[in-house]
Amino acid sequence: MSEAVNFLIGLAMGLNLLALGSGRLPSVIRTVATQGMVLGLLPLFLESRFNWFVALLAFLTVSVKGFVIPTLLRRAMRSANIEREIEPFIGFVPSLLLGALGTIAAISCVRALPLLPEHAGTLFVPGALASIFTGFILLVGRVKAISQVCGYLILENGIYLFGMLLIHSTPLLVESGILLDLTVGIFVIGIIVDRIQRAFDSLDTRKLTVLRE
Amino acid sequence: MKSLLLIFVPLLGSALAVAWPRERTRPLLLPIFGGAHTLLAFWMLFDPPPLAPNGWFGFDPLARAVLPAVSLLFLGCAVYGVSYLRIRSERPNRVFVASLLLILSLLSAGHQARHLGLLWITTEAATLATVPLLHFNGTPRAFEATWKYLLIGGTGIALSLLGSFCLGYASFYGGGSGDLTFAALVAQGAGLSRPWVLIAWVLVLVGYGTKMGLAPMHTWKPDAYGEAPGIVGAILAGGVTTVAFTAILRVRAVVEAAGEGGVASTTMLAIGLFSMLIAALLLLATRDFKRMLAYSSVEHMGILVIGAALGRVGVWAALFHVWSNSLTKGSLFLSAGNIRRAAGARTIDEVCGMSAITPRSAALFVAGMFAVTACPPFAPFFSELRVLRAAFETGHAITAAVFLGGLLFAFFGLTRLVFAIVDGRPRVTAKSAGILVRETRGVILPPLILLGLALWLGLATPQVLQDAWTAASEQLFPAQ
Repeated sequence: MSEAVNFLIGLAMGLNLLALGSGRLPSVIRTVATQGMVLGLLPLFLESRFNWFVALLAFLTVSVKGFVIPTLLRRAMRSANIEREIEPFIGFVPSLLLGALGTIAAISCVRALPLLPEHAGTLFVPGALASIFTGFILLVGRVKAISQVCGYLILENGIYLFGMLLIHSTPLLVESGILLDLTVGIFVIGIIVDRIQRAFDSLDTRKLTVLRE
Repeated sequence: MKSLLLIFVPLLGSALAVAWPRERTRPLLLPIFGGAHTLLAFWMLFDPPPLAPNGWFGFDPLARAVLPAVSLLFLGCAVYGVSYLRIRSERPNRVFVASLLLILSLLSAGHQARHLGLLWITTEAATLATVPLLHFNGTPRAFEATWKYLLIGGTGIALSLLGSFCLGYASFYGGGSGDLTFAALVAQGAGLSRPWVLIAWVLVLVGYGTKMGLAPMHTWKPDAYGEAPGIVGAILAGGVTTVAFTAILRVRAVVEAAGEGGVASTTMLAIGLFSMLIAALLLLATRDFKRMLAYSSVEHMGILVIGAALGRVGVWAALFHVWSNSLTKGSLFLSAGNIRRAAGARTIDEVCGMSAITPRSAALFVAGMFAVTACPPFAPFFSELRVLRAAFETGHAITAAVFLGGLLFAFFGLTRLVFAIVDGRPRVTAKSAGILVRETRGVILPPLILLGLALWLGLATPQVLQDAWTAASEQLFPAQ
């Protein structure tokens, strides 16, 4: 049981690095979607018996993170006509190195944290910390809105992973993690609205800029 | 039961606004439901309902000490909103009205949330509900501001969720039963795992601090307040920030119970003073009077947090300041909105002589500026004096000195900008625009009444409010 869980979290940590090293937006989106699905499956492995509520939660997470959000992101990417991240604030190699350092630091500093015995041998906390750190690098280091949304998604995946520690004691908090996903949904809609605005109202907005300058 | 009414009455209004068919009459829903909410809130202020000990929602002393102020501010903005939306009749108002009422509902829920997870969900939902309001003007700059608000606010929200998880784990690790109401967490007290409590505290302070707009997490604020309509700025600065402040207060009570109150106070003092200083410096530099309001809000959030760091007396002063801040900010934002519409611009390079074009709004703006910079006899003077006294009483002389320095520089910055806008000879272009904007009663009375209330609150602080603040500070710092 624990091996399967650790394998999935380890996979998610590897995907963090993949997202950091890639400059093409479609592959970053794919990486984030895969990570979301991997983590969405996690609750199924935590339960010793089959539980309808947990299954529903996993299904919702996988479908939102693996399909709905990536589709929205791809659509926004196409309408904005951007394929690549150009001239990021933090380059790809430096951000990859930073991410690797962060992952190592996350694994080593976890020993300092007091954890219940059933969590001490798992990768939950290091995985969460590494993902949060990766998310921050992407949020700060990239200039394109879509890459920043991907960073936010990875950050959110990290928090979701941390929330798994509490899944047995507080289902409500885990539910609120889902609500955070909704934030991202609105986030993405925000970009799309922005693009549509620019595409259809271009004449109007140009006039407004002239008035302001 | 009554406490739930505070949530469901505006929610009903919001639903009604979505369904309402007529653009012209829809804005009237704002004062109707806002007024009902204010009546309810004040009824409960005077006659607090019994509190279920382990309820997830409740009109507890803290909610009683803060929520009526938010309700009053909302009512002022709601009345103003009717005239405002009539002036802006070229834009559809369905989403605007519905979102405003939804925010009131969520703010009522957030102030009354007595469960860690529920508190997070409501404050988060309130953040999301403000998004459609921010880009009401539909300009590219408004979309840019909305984007920043989402990006920075979203990160803050994520961190406060992580902090809430950590606090949950602190309880879980300490053998808690999984009951995450604040009452249960405080009762667990020293049984909470201290390292986790400290991690949670830092994350919660940063997360909810982002929502409050404490420096250095304040960067969304000038953009959002600058681009959003004045009415939205007022509700953000006086209502949405307040709910984040009460969230910090609630978590702080848990940290205090866990025996780490000293750390909490030190961090709050540091972040509060830093906010005040940064705000004062930015106020001295900015040339845009709507961004000025945002920096002033950063300053006042700093004051709130400093007050809350200074023990029971300080919390009392901070709760007083919540009221003075809500009322004066409301008046200032609404009158600034009038001036902005008449002038058609926002920087002191483009706007001057507004006392000739919009004399009433300009007078209100100047009076509001004096109120917000803590000139007597307005309420902020008295509440900030209380904060200062709390600082001296608890032996924080350096804090008091920095606090006064921050206030002084903020005063310089604000007066410089406000008089540059009000004084002088109006520009010709601005004058021709000004003739089109009449200062109707609908856009003058709400800020005037809010300012009058701020004056009254300062001159004769009602006993019932003082009792409410005392009860709330005793709730947060129970007698040993």
